Amino acid sequence: MSNPLKTSLLTLDARTKKRNAAETRFRAYGIAAIGAGLAMLILLLVTIFGKGLGAFQQTFVTLNVPLLEEKLDKNGTRDLEKIKKVSTFGYAPLLKKAMEETLTEYGIETNLKSKKQAALLSKSAAAQLRNYVLANTDMIGETVEFTFLANARVDGYLKDRVTRESIANDKSINAAQLDMVDALLAAEVIEKRFNLSFITGADASDQRPEAAGMGVSMLGSFFMMLVVLALALPIGVAASIYLEEFAPKNWITDIIEVNISNLAAVPSIVFGILGLAVFINSVHLPQSAPLVGGLVLTLMTLPTIIISTRASLKSVPPSIRDAALGVGASKMQSVFHHVLPLAAPGIFTGTIIGLAQALGETAPLLLIGMIGFIASNAPDSVASGFLDPNSAMPAQIYEWAKRADPAFYERAWGGIIILLVFLITMNTIAVILRRRFERRW
Amino acid sequence: MKDTSMDTIKISAKDVQVYYADNHAIKDVNVDIADKTVTAFIGPSGCGKSTFLRCLNRMNDTIDICHVEGDILIDGEDIYDRRVDPVQLRAKVGMVFQKPNPFPKSIYDNVAYGPRIHGLARAKSDLDEIVEKSLRSAAIWDEVKDRLDAPGTGLSGGQQQRLCIARAVATAPEVLLMDEPCSALDPIATAQVEELIDELRQNFAVVIVTHSMQQAARVSQKTAFFHLGNLVEYGDTNQIFTKPSDPRTESYITGRIG
Repeated sequence: MSNPLKTSLLTLDARTKKRNAAETRFRAYGIAAIGAGLAMLILLLVTIFGKGLGAFQQTFVTLNVPLLEEKLDKNGTRDLEKIKKVSTFGYAPLLKKAMEETLTEYGIETNLKSKKQAALLSKSAAAQLRNYVLANTDMIGETVEFTFLANARVDGYLKDRVTRESIANDKSINAAQLDMVDALLAAEVIEKRFNLSFITGADASDQRPEAAGMGVSMLGSFFMMLVVLALALPIGVAASIYLEEFAPKNWITDIIEVNISNLAAVPSIVFGILGLAVFINSVHLPQSAPLVGGLVLTLMTLPTIIISTRASLKSVPPSIRDAALGVGASKMQSVFHHVLPLAAPGIFTGTIIGLAQALGETAPLLLIGMIGFIASNAPDSVASGFLDPNSAMPAQIYEWAKRADPAFYERAWGGIIILLVFLITMNTIAVILRRRFERRW
Repeated sequence: MKDTSMDTIKISAKDVQVYYADNHAIKDVNVDIADKTVTAFIGPSGCGKSTFLRCLNRMNDTIDICHVEGDILIDGEDIYDRRVDPVQLRAKVGMVFQKPNPFPKSIYDNVAYGPRIHGLARAKSDLDEIVEKSLRSAAIWDEVKDRLDAPGTGLSGGQQQRLCIARAVATAPEVLLMDEPCSALDPIATAQVEELIDELRQNFAVVIVTHSMQQAARVSQKTAFFHLGNLVEYGDTNQIFTKPSDPRTESYITGRIG
């Protein structure tokens, strides 16, 4: 024992080997965990883009429509009130005729009745025609070229959602019609291209998935975010500054602090039912209004903003406060001149992340009626933007996803892409703000 | 080093007690601090010298659990009187902290901040003058005069500390408190700051807390030795370092305690 065995540095002893093995294993677990996360992300993105990109493309039919005077303005007076009396129903014969003429023009033979031929068009086609005529009464009697949306089934056929096998039990389209579509496709009367109105347009009824768009619900979300920003930012920042800088540290502030943290974890649907009880049932604000949605989301966002603002106030070194007090600044001067500017990047980042959270929130909107109806008209003024019934982006997506027609399903995925673009943009702005305005001391 | 002109008493503390919650941090401190003099507070860590210093401009008010008893008079006025606004007091009693803490603003704005909030300058030219005078009296003017717009945080540690001194001087205080102003500085910067302290004595009563006994011996005319919350001995620096009357002081300055 007096001469212990000397060990060489060149050979690893058993203990070191074991420790190294443990470290290698741990690294492998870490890489596996990150790999699994990345794989999920890729799966998510591939699915979303695979299913949703189709919504940005739509099938259109270009037809020359004769605006027959005997159908639209029997007396030839061009009296707008008289012309208005012709309902969309009265425009259907024009569409049938236009379709028949187009088939003849390209020598496409079909034994379908003209009603079935015109059924390839969207149900919105007649309304589109009518709106044009009402705006341009001088064109009555002329033949005008129109681009109509194709029916969702035709659109689905071009996007391989509808196949000849799948239509066996489908009453709204048959094989002969698909033959006709093939022929019109060859003649370039039907084509698939980018569809801006999916981004800018309004929602449409169950019958017309091809016409549905996100635009109006985007405005709904926009007005809600205005409310959230205008209320949650000043209230949240004022509350945080008071709690962090001025409030005495005692059991009352402790309780407030704990409850703010708890509020951040309250399920959002609870805020929804609170909004229903308070803002709609007690204060009688209008149902489904972005104002109410914004108020509810403000309640939900406040804790997030307060927590992040307090964290960024806390991260300002106390030496800056001492320095300000030391030259005779008042408490408030030290906060507003020195602490707040340094905390600002953190506050803005927290606010943007809170807004992004609110933008994607669906559950509370369920309870205040921003889901389940068709937001078909864009608000025509700022007041109506706040007060008229509207939907919001995630609510619109939910609405589409629960409708029966698979064409809506595609639009739901498309809506998710738009929502994600907004969220990624907001988070990017948050990161840029933090990077740019973060000051070192 | 004895200076006979330093007989005006600027600050007078009587039976000062400081409590942090239940902890009795300062016990029965009585001290008269002379004007136009550098007074050094020395003592081992935790002896209460910084706490006592922070009582002199009521910086302890920002600590909730801190509680001060006794009288501290500046020019005969009790600074803990109910009618005294600590904000006004701190303009009169400037402070320099242990770690240089310039605002993350330009050099100019650092110095101009105090005069601005106290309304000391009416015109921009007045402010420029105050800034230049303050930077000169902090012996940093020549180094920064060409880059007053540069951020104060970009200066070296010693320059930052002198900038902080300039900032404290800019509000035209009557007393300057320095809480270990050189502890974060290298020996060269320390020497510059010490030289500066000696010049500042012309205009202010300077009270400096220091860990370094050599520093206390170099810059101060009066020295107070604190131990465990008590003011053990207070007198001329020469006498404290050569013929201390209390055995605890002797142990400390010879390195046996501390």
